[in-house]
Amino acid sequence: MHHTGILLSILPNIIFTLIFLAGISLFMINVRKIIRNIKLGKDLNRNDNPAERWKLMVRVALGQSKMMVRPIPGILHLFVYVGFVIINIEIVEIILDGILGTHRLFAPFLGGFYDFLIASFEILAFLVLVGVVAFYIRRNVIYIKRFRQDDLKGFPKNDANIILITEVLLMGAFLTMNAADQVLVAKSAAHYGDYGAYPISGLITGWFEGWSVESLVIYERFAWWFHIIGILAFMNYLPYSKHLHIAMAFPNVWYSKLKPKGELPNMEAVTREVKLMLDPSAPMEEAAGPVKFGAKDIQDLSWKNLMDAYSCTECGRCTSECPANITGKLLSPRAIMMKTRDRMEEVGKNIDANKGTFMDDGKSLLHSYITPEELWACTTCNACVEACPVNIDPVDIIVNLRQQLVMEESAPPASLAGMFTNMENNGAPWQFSPSDRANWREE
Amino acid sequence: MELKVKTVAEYINAGDTPEILFWVGCAGSFDDRAKKVTKAVAKILQAAEVKFAILGQEESCTGDPAKRAGNEFLFQMQAMQNIMVLNGYEIKKIVTACPHCFNTLKNEYPSLGGNYEVIHHSQLIEQLLKEGRLQVEGGQFKGKKITFHDPCYLGRANNVYEAPRDVLSKLDAELVEMKRCRTKGLCCGAGGAQMFKEAEQGSKEVNVERSEEALSVKPDFIAVGCPFCNTMMTDGVKLAEKEDQVKVLDIAELIAQAADL
Ligand code: SF4
Ligand code: SF4
Repeated sequence: MHHTGILLSILPNIIFTLIFLAGISLFMINVRKIIRNIKLGKDLNRNDNPAERWKLMVRVALGQSKMMVRPIPGILHLFVYVGFVIINIEIVEIILDGILGTHRLFAPFLGGFYDFLIASFEILAFLVLVGVVAFYIRRNVIYIKRFRQDDLKGFPKNDANIILITEVLLMGAFLTMNAADQVLVAKSAAHYGDYGAYPISGLITGWFEGWSVESLVIYERFAWWFHIIGILAFMNYLPYSKHLHIAMAFPNVWYSKLKPKGELPNMEAVTREVKLMLDPSAPMEEAAGPVKFGAKDIQDLSWKNLMDAYSCTECGRCTSECPANITGKLLSPRAIMMKTRDRMEEVGKNIDANKGTFMDDGKSLLHSYITPEELWACTTCNACVEACPVNIDPVDIIVNLRQQLVMEESAPPASLAGMFTNMENNGAPWQFSPSDRANWREE
Repeated sequence: MELKVKTVAEYINAGDTPEILFWVGCAGSFDDRAKKVTKAVAKILQAAEVKFAILGQEESCTGDPAKRAGNEFLFQMQAMQNIMVLNGYEIKKIVTACPHCFNTLKNEYPSLGGNYEVIHHSQLIEQLLKEGRLQVEGGQFKGKKITFHDPCYLGRANNVYEAPRDVLSKLDAELVEMKRCRTKGLCCGAGGAQMFKEAEQGSKEVNVERSEEALSVKPDFIAVGCPFCNTMMTDGVKLAEKEDQVKVLDIAELIAQAADL
């Protein structure tokens, strides 16, 4: 009897611990898959200049510098971002309370500073609510083109709203939990110590005034469980969502291209062959394995292209600045990133289903997901790269796919094929004789 | 002003070496509109007594449109051949009026063995003005409105935003910016080999969108710094039937005009 009593009293702690461990394990499995999928990409060295990379990460990812180019969403996002990060400090206490069966474990140790912390969390939670509600209105009520475009139809649109609603519920649970807690303290309920300062939830304690201690305890406990399980669920939703950017933004910015945006890398395999053509006596350098030019599928892209795809927030800043998209062409740089991610996840599932090896499924990123028409609309203007708050580079993918179309499939648009011929024959993209090059001097 | 433009070979035959190579580019060599810009650049260099030379028949396309169109072979063939010529003449410094040539020579030639100091003509003109080697009087542009269209391959691609504006500020005109300028500048529609193909299907041409934006600030001149932007904006202005009121001119042409060259 005595033992069952103890067991019953620590049952919530055990249940919590199990749920917590399950949530974390599931998340780790998904993280491993994400890393595996990114590593499907080709090698690329992005470890040079660590000092500059750290600075860039602090400025662009941590400091959100590119978000502030558009101040209204920039500031709203800052609320949600800072709130999200800081309130997660509170999660540490919530988790430890859950495992140990304590209530506000840190309060006695931190004293006045605890009041300050809880008060800051509450204000931040309120700002998060403001931000999230504004975002919901921006997405669903006001007409903002980049949130209404075709590439967001279906899951991406729901995904965004699911996240926003979840945040409202989580913040709501957090604040009402604190409000119920205060009413319990006022009623001198056992186990509820008088800790913390509650600038926001203090305003809504009236909602709970008439409640009995039992109902209050039930609500407070419910909100507590909802909050923590909600966060665990949210964490496990990330791998399927554009919300993954909250984690990916940091490494993705760290590994940014540091070279001028206009510089496209030169393909070394081509350099070898061109050297041989220009000087047949040049020493043959061994190529490592059969050489493929350009990218047909995600395995032909670099790991950074794939990391970019996982980092995309689907915000559409790129697409809204894209000259091709603005003028009604099929191309949307956001869609390029989303399709790359979709295909990567499809390939990942294929590998999981086939015990670790990819079985040809007759599909590829180029053609099955991204069409030549989209690719040929790009002016390589880099507006998308400039606009992206997490330094994603859609142009690199576009050019890689074009290389596949031209060098492997010999399928450039006819006019470009003509341009190539002119360049080969005359050293100019038009049909002019090289001997006329300096004629302008006499004209 | 009478033009006396020599090739590098002519310099060397005379036992001399040029201070800088003027890379004319394909548009600058063959396109009728761009040739005028080429001449304006040459006049400016000559007036500032810069010892410059061209490659003439030995110049070949940098390969930029081939590379952006996905033909890496053709690009590297062009690049290697040009590098052989440039290195053969021990060229150290290059100026060009084409941002595409500028980007390719500056960024994509080094790893193939071509290392040069490469500048855009707006940067050289800025320097010549600063050093007093070139004088302009703003008189004829007083009270005029000029808007500058950022070339993608000068601005975003290489972070050169101020040199052209600095140069234009010497004209004593009123510089008005379009809403989409500098890092947010809208492309003219010609980059990435689009110049050499039909546009994909859409609701509008990119150059029309951009010209309308430029015209909306009611300029007297639309200043450009790229031969392709020049073509695109000129066509857009014509389409809007505004070619009599609004002139599309390269920075070099504006400066040459102001300096009475
Ligand atoms: S580089 Fe291409 S995809 Fe990116 S904004 Fe320009 S046209 Fe659009
Ligand atoms: S690529 Fe960047 S700008 Fe474009 S939707 Fe994704 S996160 Fe936004």
